[in-house]
Amino acid sequence: MRLALREAVRSFRRAPVLSLLSITTIAFALFVVGLVVLVGLNVQAALDEVGERVEVVVYLRRGSPLEAATLAMQDILAFPEVADVAYVSEDEALRKARQELREFQDVFEDLTTNPLPASLEVKLHPAYRDAGHVEDVARRLHGFRFVEDVRYGQDWIAKLDRLRSVAAAMSVLISAAFAAASVIIIGTTIRLTVLQRAREIAIMRLVGATAGFVRSPFLLDGACKGALGGLLAVGLCYAAFAVVSRLVLQGRFFAPGEALLFVVAGLILGFFASAVSVGRHLREV
Amino acid sequence: MITLTRVFKAYPKGVFALRDVSLHVAKGEFVFLTGHSGAGKSSVLRMVYVGDLPTEGEVQVGGRPTQTLRPRDIPKLRRRLGIVFQDFRLLADRTAEENVAFALEVTGVRRDMVGPKVARVLAQVGLAAKARAFPHELSGGEQQRVAIARALVNDPFVLLADEPTGNLDERATRGVFQLLREINANGTAVVMATHDLDLVRQANYRTIELEAGAVVYDSGVDDAAAGAG
Repeated sequence: MRLALREAVRSFRRAPVLSLLSITTIAFALFVVGLVVLVGLNVQAALDEVGERVEVVVYLRRGSPLEAATLAMQDILAFPEVADVAYVSEDEALRKARQELREFQDVFEDLTTNPLPASLEVKLHPAYRDAGHVEDVARRLHGFRFVEDVRYGQDWIAKLDRLRSVAAAMSVLISAAFAAASVIIIGTTIRLTVLQRAREIAIMRLVGATAGFVRSPFLLDGACKGALGGLLAVGLCYAAFAVVSRLVLQGRFFAPGEALLFVVAGLILGFFASAVSVGRHLREV
Repeated sequence: MITLTRVFKAYPKGVFALRDVSLHVAKGEFVFLTGHSGAGKSSVLRMVYVGDLPTEGEVQVGGRPTQTLRPRDIPKLRRRLGIVFQDFRLLADRTAEENVAFALEVTGVRRDMVGPKVARVLAQVGLAAKARAFPHELSGGEQQRVAIARALVNDPFVLLADEPTGNLDERATRGVFQLLREINANGTAVVMATHDLDLVRQANYRTIELEAGAVVYDSGVDDAAAGAG
């Protein structure tokens, strides 16, 4: 192992420009993937934020007793899909309407009685905010006594659902395409560094070095270059993210675990690209 | 020690590198392989160091048929062979002693054993004073001596030399050849491929001549037969 490390360091010192070039190439290949993934994550986060607004409003019959509403709230809270239920009294509904619909101020002034019903605002857990679950919950809420009507904006929830699916599919597809391209670029880069040392590999084999002995410095070298490339890619992504955040809009960056994934991906790609390239040369002698 | 029995080596498109080659090299023997370029000299050596396997026939090195060697046995066999090439094949970024030490390190020899062994073989090839020199700082003859030292450092039972003087001037050629003779005199067998007939005539060693991949003359067999006849 010590010998492998010494050989790997020697390889870096002998051709520092080529080594830096391969680290940079790996970094940019992963940087592009990182950008695509980052855009995908932010689009997803934005859609999730919109999804926060998904709620089912249960309008109660006029004159429903508060006790009945409270009991119903307990039952509704027991639904696995439900995160929270809030009671909005008739008076509160009117106050809210006055606040939110200022353009109808005149109409509100003329009212002699409150026409708005009391309601229950039901919020769902994030995993259940799709059209299917919302519709199912709404159907069950209809079954409660004192319920006049249930509203949940089925049209826009269905649209949001479609948008989410399209965004998820596109981001997976585009990320995969860029990831495939980066695998090819990293493979070629590592292959070049191995090719540069093909003669050395042949000499090692002729003096009786085992395949493992020849391979280990290259694997170490490839893994280090890949990991450094991954680290640099995260740095480049952060720089791009910082610029966009300052100039255009606030978004989210990778969580530490996600950023680490890039370093690990670089390391694994570098390792396997080296293994494949050296293996090819080992078969020749 | 080294035996080729009815060896054929064919490459795709029906090109034959070796045709029905049979020969035996005994312990401590010095053998010249001669013939024009492409006659099959290097192919015979490749068969011995298992750079290739025969298409037909059998090659035995150190008592084992090469076809039966597992991939992990090949490095072990090569450590018992010394191999020298026309183009020296030294690692350009390592000094003479590092090049020699490298052949020991790959075999996993203890670190404290490496230094003395390297010094001994470098002295044996007459390069003790240039141990710290890089290949580009050495003449062709000196580089070949480093390559020979590297080949000797694992105490091989045979030294395979593929045109070792092909890139050298006359004086360096004489020096390297003398060194190979001394190595042989110390008990190591030497198989030397060369097309330099002047060199072959300088010493009365066994000569095997190849032509188009076939043995056309073997002084060890033909002269003995002529003597008997």
